[in-house]
Amino acid sequence: MSLDSARNRALLEVRDLVKHFTRSQGLFSKPSVVKAVDGVSFTVNEGEMFGLVGESGSGKSTTGRCILRLIEPTSGQVAFRGENVLGFSRERMRRARRDMQIVFQDPYSSLNPRMRVGEIVEEPLVIHGLGSKAERLARVAELFDLVGLEASHLLRYPHEFSGGQRQRIGIARALALNPALIIADEAVSALDVSIQAQVVKLLLDLQARLKLTYLFIAHDLRLVEHICSRVAVMYLGKIVETGDTKAIFANPTHPYTRALLSAIPVLDPDTPRHRIELDPSSFDRQAPLRQLSPDHWVAV
Amino acid sequence: MDTLLDVQDLTVVFAGHRSGAASATVTAVDGVSFRIAAGETLGLVGESGSGKSVTALAILRLLQPPGRVAGGRVVFEGRDLLALPEHDMRAVRGARISLIFQEPMTALNPVMRVGDQIAEGLVCHGMAGWAEARSRAVELLEAVKIPDAGRRARDYPHQLSGGMRQRVMIAIALACRPPLIIADEPTTALDVTIQAQVLDLLRELRAAFNLSLLLITHDFGVIAEMADRVAVMYRGRLVEEGPVRQILRDPQHDYTRTLLAAVPGAR
Repeated sequence: MSLDSARNRALLEVRDLVKHFTRSQGLFSKPSVVKAVDGVSFTVNEGEMFGLVGESGSGKSTTGRCILRLIEPTSGQVAFRGENVLGFSRERMRRARRDMQIVFQDPYSSLNPRMRVGEIVEEPLVIHGLGSKAERLARVAELFDLVGLEASHLLRYPHEFSGGQRQRIGIARALALNPALIIADEAVSALDVSIQAQVVKLLLDLQARLKLTYLFIAHDLRLVEHICSRVAVMYLGKIVETGDTKAIFANPTHPYTRALLSAIPVLDPDTPRHRIELDPSSFDRQAPLRQLSPDHWVAV
Repeated sequence: MDTLLDVQDLTVVFAGHRSGAASATVTAVDGVSFRIAAGETLGLVGESGSGKSVTALAILRLLQPPGRVAGGRVVFEGRDLLALPEHDMRAVRGARISLIFQEPMTALNPVMRVGDQIAEGLVCHGMAGWAEARSRAVELLEAVKIPDAGRRARDYPHQLSGGMRQRVMIAIALACRPPLIIADEPTTALDVTIQAQVLDLLRELRAAFNLSLLLITHDFGVIAEMADRVAVMYRGRLVEEGPVRQILRDPQHDYTRTLLAAVPGAR
């Protein structure tokens, strides 16, 4: 493990990322500020699957979107291969997105219903002006094959596909430009459990074949424990615990992580439940992350 | 134990759009039979499209065309619900069998105070006048552990969190003290910590009111926590049924095995 970590190269480094949304409360009252992302830092190494977990409103999706600048962060740094993405011009950012792609949660609303699925997968190539028409079509056929779809389906529309197949189309589109990093934002949450297992297997296969790096945003801790090498747990805009997945699941230390883990239903009716309720007053929300073991950090 | 609900050979079909095309008719529920005893929880598991929600709607005769019951019997408290006149059926819905839906935001009326939505069932079934029903509503909000129930009863659904809305749904379902509640994915839309609270609440109320529960879910974890027996649905058919421990430890049907193996972290 120590040899591995010595060889680890950071692909994505997020430092002190902040996104505050202001909401006006009416003409005469002060606008309220929602601190959706409130000083988040983490590093994703090349070739790893990094899990960003939390519940609704924890800021995990906003973090993902800020990295791609689909939402402009309020402050902080996002370094991709050592370059600060937040300083990029519009044009430079567009080019950078060839290397950083996103797969969305809802396979129904994230595909244009009026485009044929072949065109949907081809579109990134068109936008970035890559290849001739013939080359693009060959690439699309190759991508379809890669994600386990049949080339005979290229001319169909999204509504003709099941949820799992649509998510494969979304993955093919994300892969079209040969990215290094894929942000998977709850990419399998909307799928049935057996379909979810197939799509997760596809993501893992692709990771090995294409040397992809994933930022895997999810609320399902069981899944994250299963597939991510490292993980960060978010609660109300902050990372409360992060590090090696095995270390965290073996020794969850932050009260929120413990409450979250204890809430997961266990597949055995005879296992006694030790549900831990979170008492928000039991910890300091402003506590900085401190190191517990070589790759285990906790904010207490 | 006494059988409360006895579903026998239930079949539901959806007629296709094109008239005359035999292939266009889909059999969504295909000869399904199961029983629920008084005080028992039966977990009905399956994936999208397996027919589990359609089964629930058919029991309550809430199917919308083109769906219709093509055969079978639903015997509840000694009467076949499918043979009841609509007027008698209305006296069953909400009063003897109530339904908890997955998505509390769409199931609740957005322009009606939640207390009134709880009281409405009591008034409709002639169990109370509005004044009494409203005070019962506050008691029910207390029973589902909503803090400051008296004030919350005057809130609209959008003023409540997802977990609180689902508690309101449970209070509505409990209002007339029905012996059977059908809960269709009651915690699927909730965060896992909120899910844990709602499941704890359901378990407590089930014991306090001696409720029978038909719990529809795709999550074997929820089944393991809640169900006495499990019925597994696949493509409209029940492929396996038995006590929860037996199904989880020694599943017989291939589909049940596949479903269990697909749960992340399962052995």
